[in-house]
Amino acid sequence: MAMEATIAFHKVRLGFGEGDVLQDLSFAVMPRETLVLLGETGTGKTLSLKMAAGLLKPQDGDVSVLGRPVSRMKEKELLDFRREIGFVFQEGALFDSMTVEENVAYRLREERVPEEEILPRVRETLRFVELEHAIDQVPSELSGGMRRRASIARALITQPPIVLYDSPTAGLDPVTSQTIITLILRLRDIYGVTALLATHRLQDGYALANYYFDTASGSVKPNRERQSDSASQGETSTRFAVLRDGKVFFAGTPEELAAARDPYLKRFLV
Amino acid sequence: MADSPLQVSGNQPQAENPVSVSDVLIGGAKQAVLRVQEYSYLAMQSVANVLSGPRYIQDTLDQMDSIGVGSLPIVMLTGFFIGAVMVLQTASQFVRFGQTSLTGDAVALALVRELGPTLTSLLVTGRCASGIASELGSMLVTEQVDAMRAMGTDPSRKLVTPRVLATIIVLPMLTAITDFIGLVGGCVAAVFSLRLDPVQFWTRAINSLEIADLFQGLIKPVIFGFILSTVGCYKGLTVRGGTQGVGRSTTQAVVISSVVIIVTDTFLTKLALYFADKIF
Repeated sequence: MAMEATIAFHKVRLGFGEGDVLQDLSFAVMPRETLVLLGETGTGKTLSLKMAAGLLKPQDGDVSVLGRPVSRMKEKELLDFRREIGFVFQEGALFDSMTVEENVAYRLREERVPEEEILPRVRETLRFVELEHAIDQVPSELSGGMRRRASIARALITQPPIVLYDSPTAGLDPVTSQTIITLILRLRDIYGVTALLATHRLQDGYALANYYFDTASGSVKPNRERQSDSASQGETSTRFAVLRDGKVFFAGTPEELAAARDPYLKRFLV
Repeated sequence: MADSPLQVSGNQPQAENPVSVSDVLIGGAKQAVLRVQEYSYLAMQSVANVLSGPRYIQDTLDQMDSIGVGSLPIVMLTGFFIGAVMVLQTASQFVRFGQTSLTGDAVALALVRELGPTLTSLLVTGRCASGIASELGSMLVTEQVDAMRAMGTDPSRKLVTPRVLATIIVLPMLTAITDFIGLVGGCVAAVFSLRLDPVQFWTRAINSLEIADLFQGLIKPVIFGFILSTVGCYKGLTVRGGTQGVGRSTTQAVVISSVVIIVTDTFLTKLALYFADKIF
């Protein structure tokens, strides 16, 4: 199974000085699957995402992404490899001295894409996240939700096969959170990206598991309304992995999580 | 996000073990060696990046504008008054021997060999090492550096090398300007305070300088520029502790750069004088 997985963590350990944050962490994300990493603050969700992108190296264990041994690759190799991955940081991490256009176009300019191709692609991507009107604004002029959307646009400008989301709805109001989740649904169901999403909000995971983006009507619909012929869109699935004490405490489908009787898991369900 | 392992749920507080003085000293020494190693690696990397692509020429030009043109007013203003005050101070001694005409020689040598490079470097350190450290530090704590890496960009190429290169290029230019403006300030002071003939002042100032003095005066800012920019970048990219840490790193960048520049100056001067005897 691990051989086929798009992202695979095998017995990963990572610590800082006084103790291990992650120990014996193993999980796999299959192609077109969204794995929701659920956990309290400080359980190592962000660290897991950063290891998947090769931004951090585990002290033990292996991380492989798209069949590449990320945990054993050198930084120079990783710089090229990371072009296959979109990373949406918790606070957006937009370059604050650049406009939205420059932020989103950053990767294209780094890859020396001809200048006449860049603006149409940036506009198209910003249209996807409904932020085209803010193209000339700088991050300090954007609201929290707009910053996250700009960050998502920046991550998907090269249409990477994998997107890593670090608490994409943290600190946002429910309406804005819903907008971000809808965007993630669209990204998943239109482009079929494989995703690893870290969050402490169970409702985000359930929204991803129970809804889909219907390309025909251009709206979000519950899974039960999904037509049998919608397989043409490509089946996507959502699973949960709950982190606790540096390990995967629970792994399973949304239904299995909902049916869990463990007191710790029930705390997430309340 | 887990900033420290203490945030891990379920971690029990461990019993405190007594720590010996030797452990603390050895631990401190190891940390110091580690920091020197990290700094040396970053400094070497910043130079090695020039040899291979991708190169960020526009970023380098932007930094040259920010560091060079931005520092011009303070460097010129300070240079003028340093030159003037040098004339007043040296003349007060020369006047005792009736040799005020030597003022031009003394001021030119002091400015070109020592005061120009050192003062300009310290001024640029105050303005730019702090700026570099705070800018990079802010980028680090807001995950912009990680975002850059996540998008396949090497921060040492994009952020460090352009700043180091820009500082190395513009600091000798700024020093040359400081030297000239300092002599202008000295001339003004000499004319109005000592009633010296400006032609005599300039003639003596220029004649007193040899090629070795210019060489010494222009090689120093190259080294000082390298020191202040690499220290600024290192302190910025190793910020710990959020925005408070950025402030701390900024202060450290200025203090460390200034001290290292002054200490290095002593050795460079000795070296330059040695080579001046051997070569020129």
